Amino acid sequence: MSETITREAPAEIGTNGNGHHNGSAPPRVLDSKIPSGPVADKWEKHKFDMKLVNPANKRKFTIIVVGTGLAGASAAATLAELGYNVQAFTYHDSPRRAHSIAAQGGINAAKNYQNDGDSIYRLFYDTVKGGDFRAREANVYRLAQTSVNIIDQCVAQGVPFAREYGGYLDNRSFGGAQVSRTFYARGQTGQQLLLGAYQALMRQVQRGAVNLFTRREMLDTVIVDGVARGITVRNLVTGEIESHAADAVLLCTGGYSNVYYLSTNAKACNVTAPWRAYKKGAFFANPCYTQIHPTCIPVSGDYQSKLTLMSESLRNDGRVWVPKAVGDKRSPETIPEDERDYFLERRYPSYGNLAPRDISSRAAKQVCDEGRGAGETGLSVYLDFADSIKRLGLETVQARYGNLFHMYHHITAEDPYKQPMRIYPAVHYTMGGLWVDYNLMTTVPGLFALGECNFSDHGANRLGASALMQGLADGYFVIPYTIGNYLAGGAMPKVSTSQDEFKLSAHETQAHINKMLSVKGKRTVAEIHRDLGHLMWDYVGMARNREGLTSVLPKIQGLREEFWNDVRVPGEANNLNQNLELAGRVADFLEFGELLAVDALHREESCGGHFREEYQTEEGEAQRDDENFSYVAAWEYNGEQAPNLHKEPLEFEEVHLAQRSYK
Amino acid sequence: MSASNGTKKNMNLKLLVWRQSGGKDKGKMTTYQANDISPDMSFLEMLDVVNENIIRDGGEPIAFEHDCREGICGSCGVMINGVAHGPDEGTAACQLHMRSFNDGDEIVIEPWRARAFPVIRDLVVDRSALDRIIAAGGYISVNTGNAPDGNAIPIPKEMSNDAMDSAACIGCGACIAQCKNASAALFTSAKIAHLALLPQGDPERGERVIRMVAQMDAEKFGSCSNEGECEAVCPKEIQMTNISLMNREYERAILANKK
Repeated sequence: MSETITREAPAEIGTNGNGHHNGSAPPRVLDSKIPSGPVADKWEKHKFDMKLVNPANKRKFTIIVVGTGLAGASAAATLAELGYNVQAFTYHDSPRRAHSIAAQGGINAAKNYQNDGDSIYRLFYDTVKGGDFRAREANVYRLAQTSVNIIDQCVAQGVPFAREYGGYLDNRSFGGAQVSRTFYARGQTGQQLLLGAYQALMRQVQRGAVNLFTRREMLDTVIVDGVARGITVRNLVTGEIESHAADAVLLCTGGYSNVYYLSTNAKACNVTAPWRAYKKGAFFANPCYTQIHPTCIPVSGDYQSKLTLMSESLRNDGRVWVPKAVGDKRSPETIPEDERDYFLERRYPSYGNLAPRDISSRAAKQVCDEGRGAGETGLSVYLDFADSIKRLGLETVQARYGNLFHMYHHITAEDPYKQPMRIYPAVHYTMGGLWVDYNLMTTVPGLFALGECNFSDHGANRLGASALMQGLADGYFVIPYTIGNYLAGGAMPKVSTSQDEFKLSAHETQAHINKMLSVKGKRTVAEIHRDLGHLMWDYVGMARNREGLTSVLPKIQGLREEFWNDVRVPGEANNLNQNLELAGRVADFLEFGELLAVDALHREESCGGHFREEYQTEEGEAQRDDENFSYVAAWEYNGEQAPNLHKEPLEFEEVHLAQRSYK
Repeated sequence: MSASNGTKKNMNLKLLVWRQSGGKDKGKMTTYQANDISPDMSFLEMLDVVNENIIRDGGEPIAFEHDCREGICGSCGVMINGVAHGPDEGTAACQLHMRSFNDGDEIVIEPWRARAFPVIRDLVVDRSALDRIIAAGGYISVNTGNAPDGNAIPIPKEMSNDAMDSAACIGCGACIAQCKNASAALFTSAKIAHLALLPQGDPERGERVIRMVAQMDAEKFGSCSNEGECEAVCPKEIQMTNISLMNREYERAILANKK
């Protein structure tokens, strides 16, 4: 076993000693801690009510931030600016590589610069509706409020947002909204926002306020007396298992789309950090809410390692269609206008090609299931720019989408200026995640979850350009307030990484690694991951039903057994071993996939990204059951037994529940 | 330019790959056969196939860095037949497709070569020097909460576009790997230009360029001798004009400091 490196937390500190950190584990109760009062005043009131840590005391607190994407980098930088002692961890070689970087389209904000009727309330309303009424109103309202500050902050950092000729910020439209509120930097908005946060982070690294640990993968949360007090990580270069202690731990580790093997996520994205926190007592909320993005490049072969998203912004000017006739295999330009079915425009005339993601994806699946899909596989639909090029001219289309067209051309060897793109839905984002209260704290005191890693703001479906908004809202503008309230709450007993809890965690982590290496079977990790992906896509994908979900559970369990009996993980534990890293992630996906299916089975309604075939309207739209399912499903780990379900009822004071209509 | 879909059959290729078990190992070229490779595969998917075969044969797979596989995270990057990211212009290795190669080709695959980029394993190198250059000054010092309204300072569209051109750098290190001097001038200048072009970056302009250039030198990157190799291989087509701008900024800052 490799040596354990230790890092001490500061000595006993704190302000008033009301003692909520003392004693044995507090009972885990789902208290969302939503402040009282009108929705528009909650956050302001809460900011005033929350306790503060005096500036001189902040440096005595150590905060661990896991992940350096938008949520993690913005949180780490801001907390360090405030004076906290921050330790930031990433499994990449540099914080700048996190997958936030790949977001193309933009970031929403209720600036109403376009004078087109936008407001904080409208962004709030659109987001609650877009999430199919399965998000917490108070969180969403706060998100809409902070959205305006995010744009200001990013502009000040030098993010080169697109501008009008007068020098003012430009906006574009996005799915699920009838106003133009999306700010963008060409097709690289995520990159520019992440670089802004990364640069702010590196500034704090230079100051010595952030201690940056690269090429470290978090493998466990360490709990002392019921409170999160540190993490166990693997140094990916040396293989050493390290223990790090702190006063609070922030998980900013992204989503779990890669449980489907093929997704638009980066290859390394995984569920390990939140999953292992779940096994230590953090509840996992709404895992079945997964988003299938309508505009991705279709699968072309078995070797395919990932799917590539084409920004939803393309739907501003591209028209989605398939042939009207089943089995029409003519090349698209030869199909006359009246033999084409512009199915989104036909079914959703007021939103047209900008219908929300879940609805557009399902519509594409339906026409392909009818046998009207495009391309050799029949699993794609056309996204056609011919009309826009005629209307706007080639140059304008080039200026708006040049880099996306270039990327498409590169991957498919088809020129979208000359022939329509072919697109198909792919898993893209996961709305579920660790359950958090209004302060972003999980059910484990001291353990927080930010960004895509938590479940809080998008309900059952996320609107386009809202992921960047949420990641940065959590990191720049929410956690800096709520963490102070937590830390100021009571005396924090001193912990040391030489304590049993840290040693045990390190020992178990190493044992898990050794166990994977010792199987020495025949099947590669990638093969098993691909098999899991097929199961998840076929049975827990875009359309789900009771029979399929019931039958997939034993299949996932069987695959998990196969992994532990027959996996082949090459190499050793004490050096850079990428297959070993992958094996650990896939082992967790094999457990997590089951919880996702269990959640999908239990939710006997259709809402947002969760579509149960048994529950649909006559027109094939999602049919919610507000009477029985208007709650957050938070799952508690229960060892080998079935997980316990806890329900957080969703109360709507502002928004009137209605069937979501985009017609 | 790429051939169109379906015109090419699957290929058999011979790969010469640099294998090195760690920083202290001398390393050597090893030959692999990559058979039945589809022209629609990306270069990294081709390496995946080779690695799966190595694992099945009981060996240790080739370590190479990659993540987003859509040309934006900057993780990937290897020398392919002596060219950083391979033969296609404006393309990272993850977006290079095998249709750019022919049946029977021999492909030499090596890690980035630069004194400032020590090899960690096989094709994986340590590029943390680039982070330290950014940490030295590649930012605007604005704490969260300080910002005025986003439209308070209008920025001419053209200026914003130019800044975006420079800001598009993905930090992959290809420019350094291709340069015979292993100069980091293109990388460093892209960040300097991005921030110098914007009014928000103006207050720290002088200080920034001096500190970033000093860090670049301290990391043992070589000097720029205007070869232009960097621009030729940059997957984001960052222009050498950034380097001229950096030099001007540097002169300006030094002169201003002398006052």
